Amino acid sequence: MAAMAVATVLSFLIDIAVGPSTLDFAGVWQAIFSPESVDLSTRVIVWEVRMPYAVMALLVGAALSLAGCEMQTIMNNAMASPFTLGVSAAASFGAALAIVLGLSLPGVDGEWMIVVNAFLFAFGATLLLQALSSLRGTGPEGLVLFGIALVFMFNAFTGIMQYLASAEALQQFIFWSLGSLTKANWENIPLLFGLFIIIAPFSMVSAWKLTALRLGEESARSFGVAVKRLRFFSLLRISLLTAGAVAFVGTIGFIGLVGPHIAKLLIGEDHRFSLPASILSGALIMSLASVISKAILSGAIVPVGIVTSLIGVPVFVALILNKRKR
Amino acid sequence: MAILQINDIHAGYPRKKVINGLTLPPLASGEVTVLTGPNAAGKSTLLRAIAGLLHAHGSVQYEGNELTTLSPRKRASYVSFMPQSVPTDINLSVMEAVVSALKASPLDAATASNEQFHHRAIAVLERIGIAHLALDPLNQLSGGQRQMASLARSVVREPHILLLDEPTSALDLRHQLKVMRLARSFAQDGRIVVMVLHDLNLAMRWADRVIVMHRGELASDGTPIEAITPAVIESVYGVRIRVERCSQGQPNLIVDGEC
Ligand SMILES: Nc1ncnc2c1ncn2[C@@H]1O[C@H](COP(=O)(O)OP(=O)(O)OP(=O)(O)O)[C@@H](O)[C@H]1O
Ligand SMILES: [Mg+2]
Repeated sequence: MAAMAVATVLSFLIDIAVGPSTLDFAGVWQAIFSPESVDLSTRVIVWEVRMPYAVMALLVGAALSLAGCEMQTIMNNAMASPFTLGVSAAASFGAALAIVLGLSLPGVDGEWMIVVNAFLFAFGATLLLQALSSLRGTGPEGLVLFGIALVFMFNAFTGIMQYLASAEALQQFIFWSLGSLTKANWENIPLLFGLFIIIAPFSMVSAWKLTALRLGEESARSFGVAVKRLRFFSLLRISLLTAGAVAFVGTIGFIGLVGPHIAKLLIGEDHRFSLPASILSGALIMSLASVISKAILSGAIVPVGIVTSLIGVPVFVALILNKRKR
Repeated sequence: MAILQINDIHAGYPRKKVINGLTLPPLASGEVTVLTGPNAAGKSTLLRAIAGLLHAHGSVQYEGNELTTLSPRKRASYVSFMPQSVPTDINLSVMEAVVSALKASPLDAATASNEQFHHRAIAVLERIGIAHLALDPLNQLSGGQRQMASLARSVVREPHILLLDEPTSALDLRHQLKVMRLARSFAQDGRIVVMVLHDLNLAMRWADRVIVMHRGELASDGTPIEAITPAVIESVYGVRIRVERCSQGQPNLIVDGEC
């Protein structure tokens, strides 16, 4: 876990260093810890351009991976994640709806309204998934198929919105569907950070209960875990984390799937460790993806969502094939 | 002596009533009760109902408490249930799993330190005889080892009432014996032990009391020799048997064939 933390910090620094004008590490280090000692242009590049993206990458990766880890446990399904089961798609649609219709509540800021609406749709989708997975005779594959159906459904809804939307709103949509860090700035980073910092401790408090749930629902209940309650609050956290991530960077695929898997592979399923390890692995992968997105085409930034999908698809397929074998 | 009194209990699943108004004789602490009967008789359903794992009407009285009305946490402090089958793909060590059973909800001794929890977990593994497996991941154990590990999780919280659903189904001869001895010693601790068994000879040899269930109802009960008679077995299983004393005087069940 310590190695993972170090790797994450390194990747974060690389993320800041890489870009149209490459900086050296010493310069990055200096610009972060003593901004006065470097020249103005370096300072601006580091603090105003690169840093928000890099921080946002960490936050989004951490949030989605934590959500994925909890989701895999409460749904007892190794293929569950906000993206593969359509929660991200639902959140995207909610966010899109808020933008196009210009939804607002008195006293609620526009930016927050997008988050709130994304959350409402994400939560609706998780409740639907939960209801389905508790029906008898729905195996892991059934749930994934249903999740894929949700993805298509919400993508279709979003398509309708696209069709009806103005040219300006259309721009926004492309952003949602590709997933990109370019909207990161020092206003929305604290929002996501706040959300994450409030939610993560609640996840950690439930760590023992989640571990017990891995031993089977009946066992967990006979150990005194109120499983229904645990599920409900876990779904709430998943929806909030997903909605927060999606509202600011659009749909980022597979981090919520790959992150927890790497964490569990390295650390096992004791949730006291696998939850924080998922946070770290998600942050690390997302940060690496951000580096790659800048390195693929010189001079251009490929939307990071495309990169994570390129990495995630083979992993997802391998997982399904692996499940079949057993 | 503490008594578990099950009266007029109704239990089942959303689209299936399994148990309709079953009353059992009082079960006393210090005794091992074996619950047996054909497949689908409702044995697991009954244990789940007692453990509060499914919705049940009726009364389950224990020491002046109505267990059906207690909160999950409170009930878990009295009753523990070992399921008939457990998931196989768990990437936790035997020890981690036992500790998580302890920590999943606060015990009465909530002030215990981490170290005490670990001591307690180790002590249980030693008592069950699987301390050497403590660090092995559950998903790499054999079926029988997994069953022993599951037994460890269900007793580690030191329940007053221990419900074991076919705890010997995957075990070799030696381990079957081990589990039956353990069941007796858990009873000697002052617990009520109810275990589901299909092996009637094990039941004959080790149970204080046998309850035979059939189609959600009580078919017979009493001491092993009273409850397991050729007439009962024939009407419940449709199988002809004899009960004969072996040279050392133990009653033994011999299966002659279907009716
Ligand atoms: N989860 C469930 N949902 C619906 N019906 C169920 C469920 N579990 C069991 N049943 C039904 O309830 C009846 C009793 O099942 P139960 O598991 O209690 O039998 P059992 O006596 O434990 O059998 P076995 O010896 O095979 O374990 C069966 O007819 C079964 O089909
Ligand atoms: Mg059963």
